[in-house]
Amino acid sequence: MSEINKKEKRKKPVVKMGKLEKREARMGYLFVAPWIIGVIAFLLVPLVQSFQFMWYNIRITPQGMKFTPVGTGNFTQIWLEDPEFPQQLVTYVWQTIVEVPVIVVFALLIAMMLNEKIVARGFFRMIFFLPVIIVSGPVMNMLVSEGAATIPALNVQSVVSAFERVLPTTLAQEIGEMFSNMIMILWYSGVQILIFLSSLQKMDTNMYEAAKIDGAGGWECFWKLTLPTVKPMILISSIYTIIFLSGNEQNALINMIESAMFSGTKEKGYGYASAMAWMYAVVISLIALLFFAILGSKKDQYDRQIKKYQRQVKKEEKNKKKIQRRNERYGKTMERKIARGTIRSYDNRGDL
Amino acid sequence: MRTFFSADNFSKEKVRKVLFGNKERQGLLKMVAIYGLLICIGFVYIYPLLYMVSTSFMNRDDLLDTSVKWIPSSLYLANYVDAASSMDFWMSFAKGILIAGLPTLCNILMCMVVGYGFARYNFRGKTLMMGILLFSYILPSQVTMIPTYKFYNDIGILGTIWTFVLPALFGNGLNAPIFILIFYSFFKQVPKVLTEAAAIDGAGHLKSFFRISVPSAVPAMVTVALFSFVWYWNESYLTELYVQGLTTKSIWTNLVIQLKNFDTSFNSKAAVGDTATSLSEPVRMAATTLSILPLLVMYLILQKQFVESIDRSGITGE
Repeated sequence: MSEINKKEKRKKPVVKMGKLEKREARMGYLFVAPWIIGVIAFLLVPLVQSFQFMWYNIRITPQGMKFTPVGTGNFTQIWLEDPEFPQQLVTYVWQTIVEVPVIVVFALLIAMMLNEKIVARGFFRMIFFLPVIIVSGPVMNMLVSEGAATIPALNVQSVVSAFERVLPTTLAQEIGEMFSNMIMILWYSGVQILIFLSSLQKMDTNMYEAAKIDGAGGWECFWKLTLPTVKPMILISSIYTIIFLSGNEQNALINMIESAMFSGTKEKGYGYASAMAWMYAVVISLIALLFFAILGSKKDQYDRQIKKYQRQVKKEEKNKKKIQRRNERYGKTMERKIARGTIRSYDNRGDL
Repeated sequence: MRTFFSADNFSKEKVRKVLFGNKERQGLLKMVAIYGLLICIGFVYIYPLLYMVSTSFMNRDDLLDTSVKWIPSSLYLANYVDAASSMDFWMSFAKGILIAGLPTLCNILMCMVVGYGFARYNFRGKTLMMGILLFSYILPSQVTMIPTYKFYNDIGILGTIWTFVLPALFGNGLNAPIFILIFYSFFKQVPKVLTEAAAIDGAGHLKSFFRISVPSAVPAMVTVALFSFVWYWNESYLTELYVQGLTTKSIWTNLVIQLKNFDTSFNSKAAVGDTATSLSEPVRMAATTLSILPLLVMYLILQKQFVESIDRSGITGE
């Protein structure tokens, strides 16, 4: 599919814009102009500035800010002298990698259950969306600190020890952490449930009927119909979850950045905090890229088969050319040898 | 005489049909499983809230009495009175509405204009701009936070509500990329024929925007309004940093920030002897309940709009 589109695009000739088109484009710029200004003022300039800050030690004096270039000093300081930040960063990475799939899978399951014909669907939807309204850092902190976030009947210790037998300790600990805050994890899936639900409701029921006539069971229907349909939604909700978790106030890292920013000590300050924030941003983008790489491939099974076939054809052609070239080369050397007379003809009579 | 318990009604096929279902109707087993799971998970979902509300009404005796688990022996309101006075409830509530409401209005307006520009017109660099839009969503706000803080400080709006309104006015408010995309996908769905017909009838670009596109975008506007309000309301990190000005501590505050600093403010009040209770679990839970109460009420009233909003906004794509 995508290949055909690309080819069509490439074929499209480049035409100079007409008068009307130019005017339209100008109107477009006009509509988008506020946003462009905003992006420059609140995104690009700060981005460049914080990139600069990273290499300085910044102290606020009554005369204004005092910049002292330190090169990579901030980074070495973070990694060698501040033991907490790298540790928290690693914890954060594991936490995200464990929690995102759990949240997304949970959301998909709930959405599928809500998609069945059940009474009081609206009521259930209301309950599952409720947390979106009330999740905020302080509320979460309060509930977690009072122990309202654990499922009371769940024995976390036994779960962790069961996982520790099969998994490395750090991962098992993250999973244990997740179980002890299970309700919070479930609470983060409100928006995702709705995303899945609305994409499920748009699915064509005829497809299921056709599949059933062809003898597909519920299990097969799920893997071959439902899942491919909601696959783009899985990517969207994964990215949403990653971003949500990264900006969440339960996350110790963003609080560390803030406290580094306002710490009055000589070593820390704006530059130090900028270095932290940049590392954090790079880690988040890497995680997002990881999920994008896993989930983002647009190909389904059929595309993959076509690709495979095309690759095979290409390989065969290559082989053919290789053989042809070899034959040519061989023929040339033979001719040369014959011309030099170092070889006799095949029938050994001395002439050709 | 055939009764309900006759053997006919319990033949193997019939039981099978009822339990596992057939083409026309759902099987009983499946339905039981689904309802069971939904009710269990639903209970787990609202368990923290139930716990919070029930604890907030407990007095000291109930808290220590192990026989009182869920329902307090009496309706004890002193927790709420103390929590409300410590949080300065009405003042924080009013300021909170301003802090969330004004940027939301700007968000609706600007994101609609920008989304319309992206959806309706073709111009050079549009793809790049859309890329930047997505990038600005993925980029954590911490990266730009420090220079932005300095910028606000330099132009002297730190510690005022302008720190939230100004970016929103330029289409860069909190989560603005999502809202722009919502409007974008919404305006993409409006048939182009409509605006073309308007153009033929002599409507200019602005007129066709205000007369045709804006009225049709009401569902998207509702979605954006609700989410923007909720997200601004719940954002404590940036509110504390910009609007309150972490080091300067201006008068701006909202309920969520009050909750964040609840322990210290309550203790300082208790030290003066202004409170009837000491800082304890029920008071903290009462404070939490108070801080989410406004949104909870709003949700119960507008629940339908919230739940259907994602459906209507077209995030899932057509």
